[in-house]
Amino acid sequence: MSAVGLEATRAARLDSRRARARAVLGQLVRSASFDVGAIIVVFWVVDAIFWHVMVPQDPQALNPLAALQGPTAAHWFGTDWLGRDVFSRTLAGATSVLEIAPLATLLGIAGGTIVGLVTGYYGGAVDALVMRLVDAFLAFPLVIIAVLVLALLGTSEITVIVLIGVIFTPVVSRTVRSVVLVERDKEYVASARLRGEGDWYIMTAEILPNVTTPIIVESTVRLGYAIFTAATLSFLSLGIQQPSPDWGLTISLGRQYLQIAPWIVLFPAIALATLVVAVNLVADSVQQVMAR
Amino acid sequence: MLSYLSKRLLLALVTLVLVSFIVFLASDVLPGDVGRTILGNFATQAQVHALDVKLGLDHPLLDRYWIWVSHFVRGDWGTSYTLQVPVFGLVMRHFLNSLILGAFALVLIVPVSIAFGVLAATHHDRPIDKAISVTGMSMLALPEFVTGIVVLVLFSIVVHWFPVSSSVPVFSLPSIVRNLFLPALPEMVLIFGYVSRMARAGTVEALNAGYTRTAVLKGLPRHRIMLRHVLRNSLLPTITVVAVQAGYLVGSLIVVETIFNYPGIGNLIYTAATNHDQPVLQAAVFLVALVYTVTNLMADMLYAVFNPRVRLAS
Amino acid sequence: MSELTTADDVLSVSDLSISYRRRARAMRVVSDVNFTIRRGEAYGLVGESGCGKSTIAMAVMAYLADNAQIDSGSIRLLGDEVIGARAADLRDWRASRVAMVYQDPGSSLNPTMRVGRQLAEVYRYHDHVTWDKANAAALSMFERVQFADPRKILERYPHELSGGQQQRVMIAMALAANPALLILDEPTTGLDATVEAEILDLVEELLRDIGTAALFISHNLAIVSRLCDRVGVLYAGRLAEEGPATEVLRTPRHPYSIGLLNSIPHWGATKDHLRLLPIPGDPPAIGQIPSGCAFAGRCAIAQDACLTAPPVLAPCEGAHSLSACLRRDEPAALAEVAAKNMVADGPGPVATPVRISREAVVEVTDVVKRFSTHGTTLTAVSDLSLTLHQGEILGLVGESGSGKTTLARTIAGLYRADGGSVAVGGAVERSRRERASYLQMVFQNPDTALNAKFRVARLLGRSVKRLNPGLSADERHAKVIDIARSVKLLESHLDLLPGALSGGLKQRVAIGRAFTGDPKVVVLDEPASALDVSVQATILNLLVDLQREHGLAYLFISHDLSVVRYLSDRIAVMYLGELVEVGPAEVQVSPPHHPYTEVLLSANAAAIAAGRPRIRLRGPSPSLANPPSGCRFHTRCPRSLGDLCRDVVPPMQNAGEGHQYRCHIDPTTLAGLQSSRPEAS
Repeated sequence: MSAVGLEATRAARLDSRRARARAVLGQLVRSASFDVGAIIVVFWVVDAIFWHVMVPQDPQALNPLAALQGPTAAHWFGTDWLGRDVFSRTLAGATSVLEIAPLATLLGIAGGTIVGLVTGYYGGAVDALVMRLVDAFLAFPLVIIAVLVLALLGTSEITVIVLIGVIFTPVVSRTVRSVVLVERDKEYVASARLRGEGDWYIMTAEILPNVTTPIIVESTVRLGYAIFTAATLSFLSLGIQQPSPDWGLTISLGRQYLQIAPWIVLFPAIALATLVVAVNLVADSVQQVMAR
Repeated sequence: MLSYLSKRLLLALVTLVLVSFIVFLASDVLPGDVGRTILGNFATQAQVHALDVKLGLDHPLLDRYWIWVSHFVRGDWGTSYTLQVPVFGLVMRHFLNSLILGAFALVLIVPVSIAFGVLAATHHDRPIDKAISVTGMSMLALPEFVTGIVVLVLFSIVVHWFPVSSSVPVFSLPSIVRNLFLPALPEMVLIFGYVSRMARAGTVEALNAGYTRTAVLKGLPRHRIMLRHVLRNSLLPTITVVAVQAGYLVGSLIVVETIFNYPGIGNLIYTAATNHDQPVLQAAVFLVALVYTVTNLMADMLYAVFNPRVRLAS
Repeated sequence: MSELTTADDVLSVSDLSISYRRRARAMRVVSDVNFTIRRGEAYGLVGESGCGKSTIAMAVMAYLADNAQIDSGSIRLLGDEVIGARAADLRDWRASRVAMVYQDPGSSLNPTMRVGRQLAEVYRYHDHVTWDKANAAALSMFERVQFADPRKILERYPHELSGGQQQRVMIAMALAANPALLILDEPTTGLDATVEAEILDLVEELLRDIGTAALFISHNLAIVSRLCDRVGVLYAGRLAEEGPATEVLRTPRHPYSIGLLNSIPHWGATKDHLRLLPIPGDPPAIGQIPSGCAFAGRCAIAQDACLTAPPVLAPCEGAHSLSACLRRDEPAALAEVAAKNMVADGPGPVATPVRISREAVVEVTDVVKRFSTHGTTLTAVSDLSLTLHQGEILGLVGESGSGKTTLARTIAGLYRADGGSVAVGGAVERSRRERASYLQMVFQNPDTALNAKFRVARLLGRSVKRLNPGLSADERHAKVIDIARSVKLLESHLDLLPGALSGGLKQRVAIGRAFTGDPKVVVLDEPASALDVSVQATILNLLVDLQREHGLAYLFISHDLSVVRYLSDRIAVMYLGELVEVGPAEVQVSPPHHPYTEVLLSANAAAIAAGRPRIRLRGPSPSLANPPSGCRFHTRCPRSLGDLCRDVVPPMQNAGEGHQYRCHIDPTTLAGLQSSRPEAS
């Protein structure tokens, strides 16, 4: 064997896949907006799991005598119309949305990936039909579909998760399909066919690993939207029901006290704002780093 | 061009037919027992059945769809179950109100958004760009009810500049601003996020394009490069986004109109959904989807008009 | 070393070093480059991808990327320093002192602006004339670049023009303000051979008429030798050799220049008589330039001193050229380069060529393949019949849009023919798996042909598993190692992802993969076109070796006639989806041949450099959607007979020895026409 290869190998000894993962992570950590976003997201995730030990008071404990009090040393964020501690309720309110959003995202990504892979790979009539359906589906603002379905079917946490997941499926499938269309025409797919591989193998073993980057990016973006949508549904009283300390629900119910006790809605609103902005900061950084 | 347009039109029509079917299915099949819903728990089964027959609910699904569609295109949209008024007038009145609100928001914010997007692109990766991008991204991320609540607290409760609940303005500038500014703000926040982001992305791409390099290396003055070579190409995709936003706007009005008690189509859909008012729901939701499809169609046509590659394709 | 700037110097680059910053690391791409271009002189900068030639051009235009930094040196344009010049001065100098023609005219033109306007702009903003005057000037400039209908072209948008027309517009634009220096950065890369020849003719003519100096950047030695007075050979960011074009290209004094020249098949060379002499190894990765001579690792005559001493251009004894090689004045050492490169390339082929039998391994009969997009139907291949015999290499030539790749993919079974039949190994209907073990394919671009997420071992292993059912895991592993060895890959390569391999190594993996099932036929679709010249030769040699070892048949597709002629036993020529000529390789390159083949032959850069007469195409390239009546070539044919060719589909003429061509002119007459010196065109 020639001495030629030796040199090239030495230069490329680095395990390139792990090296890339490390490089991506390194770039992410170096991005300030990712760091800020990630810290906030981690805080809320920890809070969603361990809020029992973090809250100073029971978020459901009623105290009618202390209702509608402004922020004090005893109640940092004040109390609501039933005298419950707004600070404790704000901490406890992260759980519901952080349960619904990731599950719904997972569902939408899974569904969208399957639909996108199949339609993109096969193309033709099935693709045309499914894409028309997707078009028609996307003609409805997501919130309107949700309102329609939840108002008519009734609501539960499972329904909300499934609904958001189903609503996301066509959106994700479009993204996945567009990248699959590009990959499908690359010669490695042709060469797989030339060695007699089946369609299923080509889709899952050959193409799928090559479209993971856009799927990861889409997942982070979708997670932001899922939180957005879940909170909006709670706000419209179509998601989480009372007496949950869920942020959207609290804001919806506390609205009537806006003029006399704005803190009831203000703090959950700020909490929700930090979470969605943080998730989007992370998504944005991931997108930028992955695009390189 | 003509073949492109006719093809695009046909596509939109197919989408619309599918849309109408989805609307019909969703509002017809999902609610289950309509007669029972209207008459309440105390009516007898016979009474419910009589009402079902009267409403034509005993016909097969496709027949009912056909009846609904054929009535719909003639402007006969039925009668509201709960309000007992013709649906057409009701929906149109609310739709018009929403249109006023949406147009107000769009006209105010789109030029600003584009300007900021272009500014960010020309300062790519510098502090101005970072500031604009992160602000735009955050605005995009915030649910309308969060921004709605915040502006309400700020402008109506802290400083009392605007009323807590808005109504349709009469045709005078103070009235328009007084009634529309607050409900339009959450919309504007969202639109700013989308449009500035798209304008930035498009402009960054155009600035890095080969034709911009050619223009610079031809020794052209900066204004000529920016206006004729960069922006002419970069704002093309932004047009589409603005139109898509105009369509989506109607949907996101549900939340805003609820917060500000503004009598628009979003408010109407929400009420109709919670009251199971099927004819109103069908008509309003279909109208929203129609608006979305038509604005999308218009966006594509506008794009075609400005893009010689599409315009001149035979 | 920097030269004194004289008044006659249009451009003088001295001690120029440029780096790119990437992830906080500076990567040197241009090091200590010195050269000067005098008034009216054409200077060629030659080198392979990543050698820094385009970076130098952009530095001269003062338009480097944001992450590039000039570490040292100076660039003087008509005596004025470009580095650090004021924006207003730069704007003034661009177009009027220096202008540029780019590699990709399609993306270099504004898609939303008529090309006439884009040209008129230059006059409007440089000469400050009215738009009317600017438009008039644009029209006369379009006449100068020889548009058939310049008035019409003015009104066109870029997407309505062909690649060749777009490049004419770019040339017109570059020359509009009478620059003292014209930079041409690979201006014909990506264009078809016939269009390339036309554009080069035009450039040659304009440079002569206007007296503009030119900096011509190219990887193609033949083009440079045709156009340039002086040449600089760039390797890994440094000039390896510089001097008068005739000297550098005829008697090179640097082992890299010698290797480059030996890598390309000379006009008339064939595999049975001459083995190509590739340069072993790959060029260093961008930014990884060693401290000593960058070429030492690939150099057959490197000494210890080469690894430490930074190379400096110095005059050669008894010549006008400068070389950076320490052994430039040792003719004996330089003469050894070729022999040693040959040894490094491997033991060479089995001495005897494969015996070609009459047995058909692929039989294409009246195949039709159509594509419909946006409502129009293109017939990419129409009624084509062709036979590939056991053990032969059939070269398939044609320009873009001729349907050669479509035909290849139809033969491979990737496309289903809309008419006619393809019999592989005597059978028309074959299962995917049967076809797979009989016929394999190697694609042009190894980057997309290898799944980037699979390691080499898996890429080869999966193929072994599919194509050799019944092997145990150990046997499969042994076979993978066997194949890797046969394509000269190291065992350590097996653990790498394609991203960690150079282009040449990737293509070896792809070739190895095609051979895993011992196929009878391999379809090669431009297997070496995406690679650098020095690597291309290695791949072509490897293909010849494998073919002789396995005794199989190749269908070899290429746009490069010299390569096809070097490799093939028979050559088939396609034009607009039709087979216009097929015959033994040695017969086909001498008359008679189809007039289209005649044009292709005369447009080949190597052939032009070898002094063959030029014959030019008439008219624009017709569209596949609407092919001409009668003979498809009649609209452009230099030997057209008029009405007959326009109205009647020509017959296949038989010129003996299996040589056939589709034309109305019979072999004797055609041979007569083509042997006599063609009328000046």
